[in-house]
Amino acid sequence: MNFDIIVVGGGHAGIEAACAASKMGLSVGFFSMDKYALGRLSCNPAIGGSAKGHLVKEIDALGGVMGEIADRSGIQFRLLNRSKGPAVWASRSQNDRIIYSQIALEVVERHPNITIIEKGVTGIVTEGDRVSGIVASDGSFSSANAVVLCSGTFLNGLMHTGHTQTSGGRFGEKPAIGVTESLTSLGFIAGRLKTGTPPRLNKNTIDWSQLLEQPGDENPQPFSFRTDKSNFPILPQLSCYITYTDPDVHKILEKGFADSPLFTGLIKGVGPRYCPSIEDKIVRFADKTKHQLFLEPEGLDSDLIYLNGFSSSLPADIQFEAVRKLPGLQNVEMVRPGYAVEYDYFPPHQVDSTLETKRIGGLYFAGQVNGTSGYEEAAAQGLVAGINAALKILGRGEFALKRSDAYIGVLIDDLVTKSTDEPYRMFTSRAEHRLLLRQDNAYTRLAHFGFDFGLISQEENNIFDKHKTLFYRGVSFAGSFRLPPATINPLLLEKGSSPVSSSEPLSKLCKRPDVNLVELLAFVDPNDFPEITGIIQTPDLITQIETHLKYEGYIKRQQEAIDKLGKYEDLKIPLDFDYLGLKALSTEGREKLNSVKPRSVGQASRISGVTPSDISILLVYLKR
Amino acid sequence: MNLLEDTIAAIATPYGVGAISVIRISGPASIAITDTVFAASSQKKLAEAPSHTIHYGNIIDRNGDVLDDVLVSVFKAPHSFTGEESVEISTHGNPLICQNLLSLLTEKGARLAEPGEFTRRAYINGRLDLAQAEAVAAVISARTDASLKGARNQLDGLLSREVAALRDKLVNSASLVELELDFAEEDLEFVDKTGLTALISEIVNSLDNLLKTYRFGKVLREGINVAIVGKPNVGKSSLLNYLVKEYRAIVSEIPGTTRDIIREEVTIDGYLYIFHDTAGIRDSADVIELEGVRRSRSAIADADLILFLSDVTQGIDKSLFDELIALGDSGKIVSVINKVDIHPQHKVTGDVYISAKTGVGIADLFRILREKAVGSSVYTEKNALVSSLRHFNALSEAKNHLLNSLDSVSAHLSGEFQAVDLRRAVNSLSEVIGEVTSDDILNNIFQKFCIGK
Repeated sequence: MNFDIIVVGGGHAGIEAACAASKMGLSVGFFSMDKYALGRLSCNPAIGGSAKGHLVKEIDALGGVMGEIADRSGIQFRLLNRSKGPAVWASRSQNDRIIYSQIALEVVERHPNITIIEKGVTGIVTEGDRVSGIVASDGSFSSANAVVLCSGTFLNGLMHTGHTQTSGGRFGEKPAIGVTESLTSLGFIAGRLKTGTPPRLNKNTIDWSQLLEQPGDENPQPFSFRTDKSNFPILPQLSCYITYTDPDVHKILEKGFADSPLFTGLIKGVGPRYCPSIEDKIVRFADKTKHQLFLEPEGLDSDLIYLNGFSSSLPADIQFEAVRKLPGLQNVEMVRPGYAVEYDYFPPHQVDSTLETKRIGGLYFAGQVNGTSGYEEAAAQGLVAGINAALKILGRGEFALKRSDAYIGVLIDDLVTKSTDEPYRMFTSRAEHRLLLRQDNAYTRLAHFGFDFGLISQEENNIFDKHKTLFYRGVSFAGSFRLPPATINPLLLEKGSSPVSSSEPLSKLCKRPDVNLVELLAFVDPNDFPEITGIIQTPDLITQIETHLKYEGYIKRQQEAIDKLGKYEDLKIPLDFDYLGLKALSTEGREKLNSVKPRSVGQASRISGVTPSDISILLVYLKR
Repeated sequence: MNLLEDTIAAIATPYGVGAISVIRISGPASIAITDTVFAASSQKKLAEAPSHTIHYGNIIDRNGDVLDDVLVSVFKAPHSFTGEESVEISTHGNPLICQNLLSLLTEKGARLAEPGEFTRRAYINGRLDLAQAEAVAAVISARTDASLKGARNQLDGLLSREVAALRDKLVNSASLVELELDFAEEDLEFVDKTGLTALISEIVNSLDNLLKTYRFGKVLREGINVAIVGKPNVGKSSLLNYLVKEYRAIVSEIPGTTRDIIREEVTIDGYLYIFHDTAGIRDSADVIELEGVRRSRSAIADADLILFLSDVTQGIDKSLFDELIALGDSGKIVSVINKVDIHPQHKVTGDVYISAKTGVGIADLFRILREKAVGSSVYTEKNALVSSLRHFNALSEAKNHLLNSLDSVSAHLSGEFQAVDLRRAVNSLSEVIGEVTSDDILNNIFQKFCIGK
């Protein structure tokens, strides 16, 4: 078979890559072992969360599909961090695992030119330094100009529960054998990572009265701009519940340490520090007498409960005994024990900012194969890889977001420059431009890219354009419209804010933490200022303007700090630059630069092991 | 040009005749090059010698003659000052020997080192951090004991260590702020406003203490500039003459005509004082005198301290004193009453009473000068010392960023606001030690807090 692009793997990265390429007019061969497992939520039945919610919004703004699938399968929606500022507000949903995959399939099938092929892939085929196609598990060859590899945890996947080892990428599913070997024979370096998942419980055997309920928001908001807010939420909504471990539970778990594949060295892969297994938590934080656990529903019609926070690879009988000690779970039935899974990845300094591999033209990596963790991180990469694969075939340049553009830019820049030796997860603190990269302005920041690539329609783009125009109009109005003391002081005094002595513009007044823009706009007669009526009628827009104004001075300070550190973001380095010939560089710096091959001096300066003097030396040579 | 590929050589000891002179060679070929000119009495090649060993033998010149008998020290990479293969050759202290040996070495492939190149290599090879590299220059140019000790302790990394410790504390505080932003859903105890204010204030205090040492550090490096001002015949020249006679003057500039500033450098108790004897500061019709007035005024403006000298028999010239105050900071002025040997039962009020003729009160004068210049707090060599302007600026910036973040805390702004300035402060501190790692805060969180549902 013949395709423009072959996507290997039907997870969150693969779905975005396939849909983006299809919208850009190319034919896609979409290889997934089971089409009913598309977008399967292998771990948490949840999308979004801190920094991940930002990624979903950005994917949506670029024309990706994750937001839509999450909205249509969501059974609980919450906006996290409400007590903090808008930069760190983050959307999160619980999702029905079955419905998520159904909608994912429906969305993929809606896209023209995508052929789903239910076969595993065993090898990547190249011609010289270019990819030419793949070999499927039945030995058949399919050709393509580009291959996007999104293999998740399937490459040589090995699951552990106690001493029991099972080959597979996910419960009940086979591993992918052969791909790693075909890539290492081409000179790629492979590594091994580990992640884990907690036990699944039967919801009918839980005493809910002993647990603390955590409902969703009263006024739930969707991820996607495409979702009709007037008919939201779409599905019935469910609560999560909270329970805690105690020293007795810890004692039971300790009994299994001797048989733990993690502690006995059976597991070689490196696990994430931010998502440790329960046995890891007990050992590393021995002074903590309890750990919080969330009971998350797996779906509307599902009897399964996901025990978030209890990820484990201890023997099944130990897990069972410990779970039964938890409040509310005395009589619980453990449907499946937790397990750890080890899988191959390719340390991501081997890909470029476009996610194309530096070694083989036309071969792209996205998702866990690049060492990341998380559905959202994977989807973001899938989208960028799919767009780039299509752009290259169409001869339309390339797409690389900057760190100041989006969390997606931060994610990929981190991967490329720092590589990673543990599963990489996004956090807001990774983004030095955090105050700029908000959920509320994701569309203002990114929609024009999506429109350029054809992922966002003319009609949708018009809406964003209008929104953007109104936004800038509102910001400039707030800067020029002043309120005199006589008008504003009563409100300020009522709020316990100090009164003003001369008239001040709205932009300045609304920087006060206890004053908001809606209250200030109440002093403006819309009849006098028809140009802002469109703003006053759009609460989202007022929030975005207010956020912009409140953060303004801080964003400037943030920018100064960034400018000071990274003056060299736009100073490009050719990919074929000869670092090895530059003996003046420090040995470590030379090796790191040679393996990463940074795009800009800015990127070079972020590589660990590259010293400030390496950068000065580099500058000297680049200026020649 | 391969900056670190080649081998450099230089005479490491001061030019002139001494007991011994040292030539230092650094770079990958340093041992091989030395082997071509050195015949060890043991007959062995230096290439086979272990690191940190000393070898006796002869330097053989291009005609096969012995140039000198020398001691050669071998340092193998990375255990040398520069981190490279290095050799030090101790010759007899004759400039001619040194010059001949150096030209011999360059013939064999070494290159003459540029100023500061050994230190630069040490920095590039990670043997010194930025603060230490700067300290090397200070050690070399130190002109007083105290100055040498100050530079020495910076070289030993005292400032770097202290700043690194502050930076760690700050990373910790920033982590507490970030923790709440990224991990609000976790079951963790978050820091409250009071706790955070206390943590940041503590760091601000430490920075303040460090910043205070800058004045002292500057004094150590550059000396204390003292302008002597007074009416004619109050004894300015006698005071200077007395100081030059009694104390060791390091450099004495040739006095010119009356319009020139007379400058004397004197070391007392390990501190370097640079005295400037000023001419009048009153306007004059005479062009030449006017130039003298201009120079005097600028010397007064640049001075760390102004020594206002009065004759006990004449009292204080109030109008001159007022003019002096108008010219500069009144806190810099020390009012000195001279000639107390003539008139011990005086009624003139001053800060200190001296006789430039007998030396009475001179010790008191220096005690006051020192206190004014470096503060009364006694600097001990165990304290870190800020002596470079670059460090002073970076530390001041860090402090300002922290004050900004305290403002955000007290204005009830949420964590992402505070974080902006905390990060800027972390960056400023990193500038002093020359390392920036953006992952520090997250790594700290992962290490100290149980994260992960």
